[in-house]
Amino acid sequence: MAKYKLNINGQKVTIDADPDMPLLWAIRDLAGLKGTKYGCGVAQCGACTVHLNGKPIRSCSVPVSLVKKGKITTIEGLSIDNTHPVQAAWIAEQVPQCGYCQSGQIMAAAALLHDNPHPTEAQIDQAMMGNICRCGTYPRIKKAILTAQVALAELNEKKPNKQS
Amino acid sequence: MINRRRFIKTTGSGIGFLALSAGIPAIGKAANINKIKDLNAVETFKAIGELTPYIIIDPSGQITIYNTRPEMGQGTWQSIPTILAEELDVNPKSILIKMSDGHKRFGEQWSGGSSSIRNSYMHLRTAGAAANQMLRQAAANQWSVSLDQTYTENGMVINKVNKQSLSYGALVIDASALEVPKEPKLKSKADFKYIGKETPRADIPLKTKGKAVFGIDSEVPGMVYAAVVHSPYINAKVESIDDSAARAVNGVTEIFKSMRDTPHFNTETVAIIAKTQWAAIKASRLVNVKWTKINSDEMMSTDDYFKKAHDAVYNKANAYDDAKGNFETEYSKATKKIEAVYETPFAAHMAMEPNNSVVWVKPNEVEIWAPVQGIDWTKDDLAEYLKVDPSTVKVYGTFMGGAFGRKGGYYDYIREAALLSKKLNAPVKLLWTRETDTTQGPFRPGMVNALWGGFDEKGNTIALHHKIIGEAIQAQHNKTDLTSKPDDWASESVNIADSPYDIPNRLTSHIHIKTAIPVIWWRSVYASTNAFGHESFIDELAHAAGKDPLDYRMDLLQKDARKTAILKKLEELSDYRQMRSSSSQNIGVAIAHSFGSTCAHAVIVSKKGDGIKIDKVITVMDCGQYVNPNTVRAQTEGNVIMGITAAIKTAITFKDGMCEQSNFHNYNVMRINESPAIEVHVMDNDEAPGGAGEPGLPPIAPALCNAIFNLKGVRIRKLPFDLTKI
Repeated sequence: MAKYKLNINGQKVTIDADPDMPLLWAIRDLAGLKGTKYGCGVAQCGACTVHLNGKPIRSCSVPVSLVKKGKITTIEGLSIDNTHPVQAAWIAEQVPQCGYCQSGQIMAAAALLHDNPHPTEAQIDQAMMGNICRCGTYPRIKKAILTAQVALAELNEKKPNKQS
Repeated sequence: MINRRRFIKTTGSGIGFLALSAGIPAIGKAANINKIKDLNAVETFKAIGELTPYIIIDPSGQITIYNTRPEMGQGTWQSIPTILAEELDVNPKSILIKMSDGHKRFGEQWSGGSSSIRNSYMHLRTAGAAANQMLRQAAANQWSVSLDQTYTENGMVINKVNKQSLSYGALVIDASALEVPKEPKLKSKADFKYIGKETPRADIPLKTKGKAVFGIDSEVPGMVYAAVVHSPYINAKVESIDDSAARAVNGVTEIFKSMRDTPHFNTETVAIIAKTQWAAIKASRLVNVKWTKINSDEMMSTDDYFKKAHDAVYNKANAYDDAKGNFETEYSKATKKIEAVYETPFAAHMAMEPNNSVVWVKPNEVEIWAPVQGIDWTKDDLAEYLKVDPSTVKVYGTFMGGAFGRKGGYYDYIREAALLSKKLNAPVKLLWTRETDTTQGPFRPGMVNALWGGFDEKGNTIALHHKIIGEAIQAQHNKTDLTSKPDDWASESVNIADSPYDIPNRLTSHIHIKTAIPVIWWRSVYASTNAFGHESFIDELAHAAGKDPLDYRMDLLQKDARKTAILKKLEELSDYRQMRSSSSQNIGVAIAHSFGSTCAHAVIVSKKGDGIKIDKVITVMDCGQYVNPNTVRAQTEGNVIMGITAAIKTAITFKDGMCEQSNFHNYNVMRINESPAIEVHVMDNDEAPGGAGEPGLPPIAPALCNAIFNLKGVRIRKLPFDLTKI
């Protein structure tokens, strides 16, 4: 066991864990943030997707010892109350069914739009194909990413100075 | 506060109300008195006004409505309370929704068979309307006016004459003392404010911010974590355990032999108890167990099973009792005959949330926090398993991260945790790994469907026989003997009521083939496998008759006005005629009735490399009166994707007694880059509600294969197949 100081959603969280404990379980059971889900444990389904320094990672397959001082963002840290354009678009398009994979889907989509505000359909496929939805919400996910893209563009137009 | 006398009276009305519903056992007045003690145990019942079991109005005005149909993605969290809110006449946005707790007074509390809306629609509307009438009566009494001088709007009763108003909260105490009207007036469809409208789902904002509580998120103070090692042979005895490496894992406290008790077999397992979930999972991979198989490899082999099923194609079958005309005689006279055999694989549910539960077996009470399709069923199942009184079992149903049939009826993953909790005298949280979830089953049974069709000299179709061959869920679970009778659970979508093709001589029959591979219902159950054979064969008959497959169906369904309307709509929306004559694309259709609704798909395909590409799916769904059309569309989109996945992705296969697939890397499901455009049209009519969660699935595989035949002349009779090599 070793002590790790994690930076999760801007908060310092000190945990006691084995070095090989996947970040997923540290987030869920030691930091107590349940929005990030276990789906496969082998980086095949994307239910555990969080951001590490802004990039989407599969937290089930990243040992907690490798995270160091990296900034972790989970679904709970994406916005205070569903106000991130991706979350708003997900609500507007009524994307979730069972909802279990959706934290991961939203985190993957938010990272995509952050890096590439106007993705093509092929780029959406590329960025989102690691996230399985067994309920089959894919058509709505695609639609919501387009909706979020428009909202993000409008947001950026309103505050060009702050963005530069 | 409600005084004791009023409390009893209210209690009585709650129970008395249940008697209104057909399908829910009536409870007499005398019985009510004995039930009060039980009801008293329901926490929410104290100090609040209850007008029916489903609606609780706090005198402060807060309205709570119980959802009785567990939410697994199908939208009941929104649709069930909406039905009550409509007749109660309150905006669903203003209410608090809670999951019912399994108590009998709520009636059936199970999600499955696409039954939630269709089985409770009139009952819940009546309950809502009765509550509305009681509130109006209470106001009418205060104002000394007649009932018809009152109306309601947004949680207020209003006096028609002088526009005085009283809130539901102010009236609930008086209203709860009134007799429950047996036949309250229901709203007319034209007055619906919420039913039939696209109301946003209340669970969605919770799911977009990671706040929806699923089974896996349940926590109880003092709980320990568990993982269970299951045999790769599924049913086995523990020969020896080497747990030295596992015990060395930090946080592991105990490792011991345990049991997995399913509805039809009991097998030994090895349980790991730890201080964290991760420690339990890690240790479970380090335990080395030697197993002795219970079943023969032959009985656990998919190859052997399918061989037996194919060998039985010409064997005598047990006929269903809905036969029409005389198939045998007329088929023998047919001038032209065709026959075909279709095969569909075993399939895993692969809900994104693996099986899990938190169970606390205490000396006088059992508490369960778990994702389950049946709250009432889980309560009864665990009471029976633990040999305790059902009234001492409390089930707190959580949101389910998908279920598709796996979390309904096969409560082995709760029994396992209960056994551990009883032994350890502590609350236990059990999580199955994805590998356990994939390999251990139960699965959708692999099936063989054989069909025969005959034409007369004029080219009319005169005879059709559909033979269903395979394992029967009820034979495994209920030990039903099917040697001399057909499986009455297995003819969904192809029995004559569901498939009214107007062919004068019709026969549907069944042959039971046994396997030890555990099986259970999987989204749309046998309809998912039957319809592939049935609707592919209807297409084969059409081509054999030299007719267009859509025209052929319209011709044989012309006496069925609803199905005719669906096919006409599909023809129009899919631009069918244009697509049939396109040089680069082609189109195929299929239609199936299951779980009270009819769905028809048109699939448009084009050539891509050595295979084909699915360009678009156009769907027409007729589920009668719907509560939320957006939810119906969402369910149908999901069915298209799950049905195509089952048609073109991985089969579950067993070799040497073991499942060959274990996780998403070797049991592939459709991903976003393979998902076609889907356009769903929901029919508007005044018919009674049908199901929505499953009927979209059965016709998709045959529609796809019919499109492929039209494009490439290749007939696919075995699923799954590879889209890239046709």
